[in-house]
Amino acid sequence: MTLTTTAVLVPLLPFLGAVAGLLLGRRAPGFVRPLAVLPTLAAAVLAVAVAVGQGTGPATDVATELTPTGSIPIDLALHLDGFAVLIAVLVGVVATCVQLYSTGYLRNDPRYASYAALVSLFTSAMLLVVYTGDLMMLLVGWEVMGICSYFLVGHYWETEAARAASLKAFVVTKLGDVPFLFGIFALAADAGTFRITGILGSVASGGLDHPTLIALLLLAGVAGKSAQFPLHTWLPDAMAGPTPVSALIHAATMVAAGIYVVARLLPVFAASAAALVVMAVMAALTMVGSGLAALAQDDIKRVLAYSTVGQLGYMLGALAVGDRGAAVFHLISHGAFKALLFLGAGVIIHAAGTNSLAAMSRMSGLARRIPDAYWTMTVALLALAAIPPFAGFFSKEAVLGAAEHAATGAAHGIPGAAGWTVLVSGLLTALLTAAYATRLWLRAFRGTGVEAPDHGRQPVVMNAVLWALFLPTVALGLAAPLLPEWFDGRSLAPTLTTSVLGTGIALVGGLVTYAAWRHTTALAARTPIGAVVAAPDAGPEAAEETAIATHAAVYGDNAGAADPADPGRLLLGPLQPHAAVGFHLDAVYSVLFVRPVRAAATLVRFLDREVVDTYVRGAGAAPRWLGAAVRRAQTGNVQTYLGALLAGSLVLAIAAVLVATGTGA
Amino acid sequence: MHLAYPAVLAVLLFCTGLYGVLARRNAILVLMSVELMLNAVNLNLVAFDVWLRDTLHAGQALTLFTIAIAAAEIGIGLAIVLLVYRNRGSSDIDRLRDLAEKPGAADGEPQPDTTAEAAA
Repeated sequence: MTLTTTAVLVPLLPFLGAVAGLLLGRRAPGFVRPLAVLPTLAAAVLAVAVAVGQGTGPATDVATELTPTGSIPIDLALHLDGFAVLIAVLVGVVATCVQLYSTGYLRNDPRYASYAALVSLFTSAMLLVVYTGDLMMLLVGWEVMGICSYFLVGHYWETEAARAASLKAFVVTKLGDVPFLFGIFALAADAGTFRITGILGSVASGGLDHPTLIALLLLAGVAGKSAQFPLHTWLPDAMAGPTPVSALIHAATMVAAGIYVVARLLPVFAASAAALVVMAVMAALTMVGSGLAALAQDDIKRVLAYSTVGQLGYMLGALAVGDRGAAVFHLISHGAFKALLFLGAGVIIHAAGTNSLAAMSRMSGLARRIPDAYWTMTVALLALAAIPPFAGFFSKEAVLGAAEHAATGAAHGIPGAAGWTVLVSGLLTALLTAAYATRLWLRAFRGTGVEAPDHGRQPVVMNAVLWALFLPTVALGLAAPLLPEWFDGRSLAPTLTTSVLGTGIALVGGLVTYAAWRHTTALAARTPIGAVVAAPDAGPEAAEETAIATHAAVYGDNAGAADPADPGRLLLGPLQPHAAVGFHLDAVYSVLFVRPVRAAATLVRFLDREVVDTYVRGAGAAPRWLGAAVRRAQTGNVQTYLGALLAGSLVLAIAAVLVATGTGA
Repeated sequence: MHLAYPAVLAVLLFCTGLYGVLARRNAILVLMSVELMLNAVNLNLVAFDVWLRDTLHAGQALTLFTIAIAAAEIGIGLAIVLLVYRNRGSSDIDRLRDLAEKPGAADGEPQPDTTAEAAA
C-alpha cells in the first residue's frame, strides 16, 4: 500500500465501522463489539504506519478535485506533515483505548451499539480534520464532530442534566462555527483556494487583504470548539455524558481540533499582530479563570473538565507566541494524560458510587479498592501539574519557554505583549493547576470516614487501558529532543529559567493545598455529607448515570457542594462561590442571549396568535356570518321561494334583453 | 286565424296559472294552476307549429309529450297531497314549513370554534 492509500484508510475505517455498527446494531448484537474496536484499532495501526512512512521528510500533498463549484474549487486533499501524522497517532490510540474501555464501562448499556458507532464516527471525523488538506473537507469533519458530541454528551438522555448539556454543547459550539464558516470563506476569497498549502503560500507572498478580520473570525470558531473563553461554558457541562466520551472529547478529538486548525493556519494568524494579542489575552483569561474554577468544583469530572480548558489555554498561548511545535507537543502529551485521568475518574466514580469529591473525602480505603486507577491517576496528576520527569512537565515547559522567548523579544514578528501575557498567566496557572491536582488527589484518595463500598473488581479491560495510557504519560517527555525534526525544527527542550520557576511554583501550589487540606480535613467528620450509589451489581454506567442525576438534588448544585472541609474553599476564600459557578458566565449569557431570545419568542408568539391567526379566523368567520344572514331567507314557504325565483328570472331576462339591444344598437 | 289570438290566450292562461301557483293556499288549487301553465305552453306549441308550417309537426308531437308528463305529474302530485292531508289534516301550503330555518337550531355541523366564539 502506498502512503496515500494508507492515509485514506485511516479516517475511512472508523467511518465504515460506524455505518456497519449503526446498521447491524440491533440485528446482530454479537458483532457490535468487534465492529466498534477493530476498525478503530486498525486505524490506529495504520496511523502509526503513516507516521513511520511519512517520517520527518517534506510534507506529502495529494489532491483530486471533488467538484467544480464555478469559483473556488473544492478538493479531496491530503496533507501529511509531522503535525498531522503525530496527532493522528494520538487520536487513533486514544480512540482505541476509549473503545476498549467502553466495552467494559458500558457493558450493560442498552444503547451501547449506537454509542460505539457514534464514537467511531467521532474518531473518523477527527482523523479527517487532521489529515485533510482542504478547508472545506476540514469543515465537514469539524461539523460531524459537533453533531456526534451532541449525541454522545446526551447519551444519558433520561437525565435532565444530560439533555441540557448536550443542547448547550451543540448551540455554544455552533455559535463559534458560524463566524468560523465566514472566516473560511473570507480566507478562501482572499487566497483564491480552499487548499491549506495554497493559502499558506498566499500568506507568505502577502496576498491576504484582511488578515486580522479573518484571524478573528477563525478564532471565534476555535474558541467554540476548543472551549476557550468566552465560549468554554459547554465543556464543564458536557461532563453529563459517559466518562469515556469525556475522555475522547477532552483528550484527542473535539477540543484538539481547534488547536490543530490554528496550528495548521498559524501563518494566517501570525500575519496579524492584533490577532496574536487577542489570542494571548483569550488564552490567559481561559487559563487563570479555569484554574480558579477547577479549584472550586465538587464533581470530579468537572475538575478535570476545567483543567482541560486550562491546558487548552496553554496550547492557545503557545500558538499566540508563534510556537506551534510547543502547542502540538502539549496537545499530544495532554491527550495522553487527560485520557488517562478521565478513564481513571470513571473507575473512581464506579468504585465510590459518587462523582462528588465531598462524598469521596468522607470514605476511606478507596485507593485500596482500585489500586490500578490509584497509581495511574497519581502519575497522571503529577504530569498535569507539570512535575518532572513526566510528560506534562516537558510539554508545559516547551510552552513556557516559547512564551519567554517571545517576551524577551527574541521571536520575530511576535508582539512582546503576547509573550508576557502568556508567560505570566502560564506561571500563575501552573500554581493553580498544581493546587487543584493536589486537591483532587487528596480528596479522592486520602479520605477519612467509613469504608468505601465494595463494588467488586473493575473489569480487566478497563485497568489494562489505564496502564496502556500510563506509558506515554510517563515517557512522552523523552520524545522532546526528537520532536523538533517532525515539527518546525525549533527546540522543545525545557529552558533552565522557566523550568525552575514553573516547577517551583507548582510545588508551592501543591504544598499550600496540602497545608490547607491538613487544616480543613478535621472538619469533615463534623459535617456528614454525601449520597453514595450503592449498587454492587449495576454496571459502571448505571452508577455514573445515577450519580449525575442526583448530584444537583443532593448538593443543591451541579458544580459545587457546601462542604467546609474543602481545602479549595479555604484557598479561594470569598472567590469560592463565584468560581464554583464558573464566574457567573452562564448568568451573563442568560442576560445577553437567553432572555432576548425568549422575549423575541414571546413577540413572535403574540404576532402569530393575535395577528396572523386573526386573519385566518376572520376568513372563516366572515362567510359564516354571511351564511347566517342568507339563512334567514329560508322561511319554508315554497311560494316565497318561487316568487323569488320568478323575480330573479325576470331581472335576468330584462337584463339580457337590455344588453342584447344595447350592444346591438 | 291570426297568431295573436292564441298567443294572447296563452299569456293569459300562463299568468293565471302563475298567479295561482304563487298565491293560492290550497295545494290542489296550486296543482291545478300548474296545469294551467302547462296548457298555456301546449297552446303555444300548437299555434306556432301551425304558423310555422312545420312538416314534421314537432310542436304537436311535443304537446303530446307534455300532456303525458302532466298526467303523470298530477297523479304523483295528488297522491302526495292526499298523504300530506292524511298526516296533518290539512293541505294548506302555507303551513307546510318543516324546511324552514329554525332560529334556535345551529347549522348541521357544529364546530368548536363556533361555540368558543359564541362564548367569547
